Amino acid sequence: MKANGRVFKYGDNVDTDVIIPARYLNSSDPAELATHCMEDIDKEFVEKVKKGDIIVADKNFGCGSSREHAPLAIKAAGVSCVIAETFARIFYRNAINIGLPIIECPEASKGIEDGDEVEVDFDSGIITNKTKGTTFKGQAFPEFMQKIIKAEGLVNYINSQYK
Amino acid sequence: MGMTMTQKILAAHAGLDKVEAGQLIEANLDLVLGNDITSPVAIHEMDKMTVDTVFDKDKVALVMDHFIPNKDIKSAEHCKCVREFACRHDITNYFDVGEMGIEHALLPEKGLTVAGDVIIGADSHTCTYGALGAFSTGVGSTDMAAGMATGKAWFKVPSAIKFNIVGKPSKWVSGKDVILHIIGMIGVDGALYKSMEFVGEGIKNLTMDDRFTIANMAIEAGGKNGIFPVDEVAVAYMKEHSKRPFTVYEADEDAVYDEEYTIDLSTLKPTVSFPHLPSNTKTMDQIAEDVVIDQAVIGSCTNGRIDDLRCAAEILKGRKVKKGVRCIIIPATQSIYLQAMEEGLLKIFIEAGAVVSTPTCGPCLGGYMGILAAGERCISTTNRNFVGRMGHVNSEVYLASPAVAAASAVTGKISVPEELGL
Repeated sequence: MKANGRVFKYGDNVDTDVIIPARYLNSSDPAELATHCMEDIDKEFVEKVKKGDIIVADKNFGCGSSREHAPLAIKAAGVSCVIAETFARIFYRNAINIGLPIIECPEASKGIEDGDEVEVDFDSGIITNKTKGTTFKGQAFPEFMQKIIKAEGLVNYINSQYK
Repeated sequence: MGMTMTQKILAAHAGLDKVEAGQLIEANLDLVLGNDITSPVAIHEMDKMTVDTVFDKDKVALVMDHFIPNKDIKSAEHCKCVREFACRHDITNYFDVGEMGIEHALLPEKGLTVAGDVIIGADSHTCTYGALGAFSTGVGSTDMAAGMATGKAWFKVPSAIKFNIVGKPSKWVSGKDVILHIIGMIGVDGALYKSMEFVGEGIKNLTMDDRFTIANMAIEAGGKNGIFPVDEVAVAYMKEHSKRPFTVYEADEDAVYDEEYTIDLSTLKPTVSFPHLPSNTKTMDQIAEDVVIDQAVIGSCTNGRIDDLRCAAEILKGRKVKKGVRCIIIPATQSIYLQAMEEGLLKIFIEAGAVVSTPTCGPCLGGYMGILAAGERCISTTNRNFVGRMGHVNSEVYLASPAVAAASAVTGKISVPEELGL
């Protein structure tokens, strides 16, 4: 499986309040949440994002609230992968549980700029910056998490366990 | 190599004699929590599961607290969804208007969280119950759904940072100042994926409410959980509030910590987190220029408990909220509300020109009950001051203790109680 898209680049500590502000949490519809995704940090994101695009950020992406609405909004906006130096732990769990691909890779986070064209190979963990002609190796998931990812989320994984 | 307090609790709940940092385990859960924002998503996920009942109707807690009493039609639909689910599954611990309070103040008060428990909640501040010696951590809605269905959750066993608490705090220094000081010191990802274990002789000088405040904000340092040893104060609290048996775990003598810090409470000063990160702290004596405020909020899962209200009342008694400042005070639960009434605190607040609200998380996350306009500033006892957290993207939130928030409400600028001759 591969992701391929243009990069939206952000800095440290992108919190869940800017990913999806609480004023929109009276909805839990992913498509509706997606229309406000990143609104308080990047007003143009929603207009510019195309299916397959990639978010790259620095440290502690997704810090703050436990709202699963944050990865749901990102996924429904069409984003195919989030690459960061580190993720906040609840966002990390949530992304895996709902089937939004994420990769921790400090080198890629430093070596990729806004607007770069990037390809991610999830099987090998190789991240290719096609604009700059550079490649990076993302951190592999533990086997247990790979099972959840392969099942396309925790619900399917549990269903396979409790038949 | 010994285990930390957190590791011992996790090992016991995974049926293992020993666990070590980094190990993936599946642990049995004592309680699964959700609120009116996160539960509807969890219920939707549970609908997709082949398991169609909750694992134990007594071990699920559903607390309607964020946008309730409902602020709009969509919020009302969310609560209706949870209400119907609670009814369908005969959930024992479902708390709606009239019974509800802010979840992390309510559950310990109802005796649902005790030492030795493993608790997950679809709310990031679920880490609060570490104050009683439980392992508790925030998760998302899908984890909540899985927890409700199976009674289990997977965890990566965390390593830990040890905070050795010594000394005694001065009059206007509280748990909030302790945790803001720590977050300022280690940063908003300083404890990422880790336990924050608090130990030391100074803990006896922290009230139960101080400890709840400190454990509550472990997540603001990126922590997986924050946890306190179970001493006489914690045991007395649990005996007063709970009939459940509890188990006391202690870290091994040879437990390994990634880092160790000593926090001398006697040296701490009232501390404020400036916009837009909780780690952007300054002690009050470092604030050179007046920071004029438009609003003061005293409440939330961080600081809406009785000690917090008593502290605010001590400052507001016989004084007036500065003209032009809105002061919003929110007791965290019905029981705290009633106690504040009986102690005469509500009278003090109202005579001072503050408003007192029914329990709600409302303003903390910019939901309702105190939204900020562009350019406005709020001093708040809540837990986050991210961009747009309490309203307009160009508004500002300053995090502080109830003492600083109350004193600031009177002067109209960020102030310590000493400025009022206290």
